[in-house]
Amino acid sequence: MFSFVLRRLASAVPTLFIVVTISFFLMRFAPGGPFNLERPLPPQTMANLMATYQLDKPIWTQYGTYITNAVTGDFGPSYIYKDNTVAQLIGKGLPYSLELGFYALILALFGGVLAGTIAALRQNSLLDFAIMSVSTVGVTVPNFVVGPVLTLVFAITLSWLPAGGWGDGSLRFLILPMIALALPQLAVFARLTRGSMIEALHTDHIRTARAYGLPARTVVVTHAMRAAMLPVVSYLAPCAAALLTGSAVVETIFTIPGVGRYFVLGAINRDYTLVMGTVILVAIFVIVFNLLVDILYGLLDPRVRHD
Amino acid sequence: MTDIATPAAPLPDNSSPEMQGRSLFQLALIRFRRNRAAMAGCVMLVLIALFSFLGPHFVSHSYDEVFPSYVTIPPSLEPRPDASSLQGVMESIASRARVDLKEFAVEGETFTVTFTSDKPIDPRTTRYVDRANEFGDATIVATEDDGRTVKMSGAVDREYFPFGTDGNGRDLLVRVMLGGQISIAVGVLASLVSLGIGVLYGATSGYIGGRVDNVMMRLIEILYSLPFVFLVVVLVVFFGRSFILIFLVIGAVEWLDMARIVRGQTLALKRREFVSAAQALGLTDWQIIRRHIIPNTIGPVIVFVTVVVPKVILLESFLSFLGLGVQAPLTSWGALIAEGANNIQSAPWLLIFPAIFFVLTLFSLNFAGDGLRDALDPKDR
Repeated sequence: MFSFVLRRLASAVPTLFIVVTISFFLMRFAPGGPFNLERPLPPQTMANLMATYQLDKPIWTQYGTYITNAVTGDFGPSYIYKDNTVAQLIGKGLPYSLELGFYALILALFGGVLAGTIAALRQNSLLDFAIMSVSTVGVTVPNFVVGPVLTLVFAITLSWLPAGGWGDGSLRFLILPMIALALPQLAVFARLTRGSMIEALHTDHIRTARAYGLPARTVVVTHAMRAAMLPVVSYLAPCAAALLTGSAVVETIFTIPGVGRYFVLGAINRDYTLVMGTVILVAIFVIVFNLLVDILYGLLDPRVRHD
Repeated sequence: MTDIATPAAPLPDNSSPEMQGRSLFQLALIRFRRNRAAMAGCVMLVLIALFSFLGPHFVSHSYDEVFPSYVTIPPSLEPRPDASSLQGVMESIASRARVDLKEFAVEGETFTVTFTSDKPIDPRTTRYVDRANEFGDATIVATEDDGRTVKMSGAVDREYFPFGTDGNGRDLLVRVMLGGQISIAVGVLASLVSLGIGVLYGATSGYIGGRVDNVMMRLIEILYSLPFVFLVVVLVVFFGRSFILIFLVIGAVEWLDMARIVRGQTLALKRREFVSAAQALGLTDWQIIRRHIIPNTIGPVIVFVTVVVPKVILLESFLSFLGLGVQAPLTSWGALIAEGANNIQSAPWLLIFPAIFFVLTLFSLNFAGDGLRDALDPKDR
C-alpha cells in the first residue's frame, strides 16, 4: 500500500507538469495582456511594467523562470492585486472555500446517500418517485438559480438568515451558500446510491444474509451499503475537489471572500500568475482526491489490489 | 445495431405477414413509446423548440426593440397602456411640446386631443405625440384660432407584454424565445462537435490499439486532470466571445467521455467477424473505422448525447452567468437568468420566466435521455 501511494504521487508529478505547461502556453498565445487597459498606457510606462514583471523576456525564458520558481513554492506576484503574491491571495481565500466546501460536501454525501438508500429500499413507491423527482430538479436547476431564490425566500422575505457575506463565520452565514453548493451534488449522490443500492440488494450475498435472519438494518447498513458505495466513492473525488476549491458562482452570489472567484477574475483581467496559481491548486486537489479515493476503494472492495 | 442506419425496407416475401420480424431499433422504439415520462419529455422538448424558433414570428416585437415607456413592467395579459394612465402621458407630451392640453379623449383604439397655445402651433407637434410608445399615427384634423388651437387624432398603440419587460424596456417574451434559440443551438452544436471529436478519437484509438492506443488514452487521462471549467473560461476570455467560439470550445472540452465510451465499444467490435471479413477484403484501417466501426457504436453514443446536451446547456449558462457568454443584445437563457438574479427583489419575473423554460428543458432532456437509455439497454430485453 505504501509503495502504491508513493508510485501514484510520483506519477502525479508529470501530470501536474503537463497541466501547468498547457495552461501556461494557452494563456500566452491568446491576444491581450494584463496591462492592456481601455486607455492605453504610455509606451515607457508599459515597457517599465513589462520589464518589472519580466514579461519582455522571450516566452521560453519566462516559462523556465515560472517553473523553477513554482517548484520552490513561489507563484509570483499578482499583476492586478498589487502588493499581493499569488500565494498570499490563495492563502487568504482558501480557508473560506475549504470550510464552506467541507460542510457542503458532508451535507451532499450524507444527505444524498440517505435519500438514495431510502429510495432504493422503497423502490417504485411514491416516496421513491418523490425523492427521484426532487433529485432530478437538483441536477437540472443550476446553483445560480438556487442561490438567488434561497436569498429571496430565506433572507429577504422571511429574514431568517443573512443574505450574504462571511460575517463572523458562524453557521448562520454558511447555511444558504452551503445548500446552494451542496444541492446539485446531493442529487447526484442520491441517484448514484439508489442505482447501486438496488443492484446490491439483488445480489446473492444479501439474499444469504437475509436468509440467515439478520435484521433488515444490519443487512442494509453493513452488507449492502458496502457494495453500493463503490460508484459513490468514485464520484467523491471530482466532487470533493470541486467543492473544496470554491465555486465562482456561489461565492459571487453570497459575496464570500473565497478562492473560487479568483480564477474568473484572474482570467478576465489576464492576471496570468493568478490563473496559473488557481489551476495548480485545483489540479493538486483533483490528483490528491483521486489518490485518496483509490485507497478508499481498496478498503471497501477487497478484490481491488494495489500492487 | 446496424439496423438503425438502414431504412425499414419492405420485408422479403418469404416471411409471412403475421410473423413480421422486429429489428432491434423497432423494439427499442416500442419500449421508448411505452415510457410515459420519456414521451412527455420528448413532447415538451418539441413544444419548447417550437416556442423558441417559431414564436418570434407571432410576436410583433423584436428582441432588441426598446420601449422607453415600458421599462421593467410586470407581466400581464392586459394590453399596455391601461386607459387610466393615458391622460398623464398626454399631459407630459403637451408640456414637452410647450403647448397646453385642452381636451383629451380616448375611444376604443383611437384618441382625440386638443392643444392650445398663445402662439400658432407648429404642425410638426404631431411628432411629439408619435414619439411616445403609447400613441401613433397622429394627424391634425382641425386648426382653429389662427393656428393657436390644434385638434389631432390618432391611434392608441396597444402592446402586449405577457412576460413583462426587462430593465431596458425590451419584451421579455421575445427575449426568452431568443435565449431559447441560442441555448438550444449551443447545446446541439456543441454536442455535435464533441460527438465528432469523441467518436473519431475513440474509434481510432480502440481500433488501432497497441502503442497508439496507449498514447491516446494517456493524453485523455492528462486532459481529465485539467480543471476543465477553468479551461473554458480561459479560452472564452482570451479568444473572444463569439457565438461560434462558445460552442466550439464547449464541444472541445466535452468529448473526453465520448471518446472513452466509443473506445470501449470499438475494442469489443474489432473482435467481431464482420471486421475480420473487412480486413480479409483488404480494406484500409480508415475505411473499416469509417464504414464498420463507427456506425456500430451509434447506440451508446446516442444515449450519451442526451446526457451531453443538458450538460452543455448548463455550461453555456454558467459562462453567461459569469458574463462570458453571448453578448447583448443577443441573449441566452443563462444570461437572462443572471440578469434576473441581479434584479430578483425588484423584478422577480425576470428570473422566473427564463428559469422555468431552462429547468423545463433540462428536465425533459433528462427524462428523454433516461428513457432512451432504458430503451436501448440490452439487459432489459
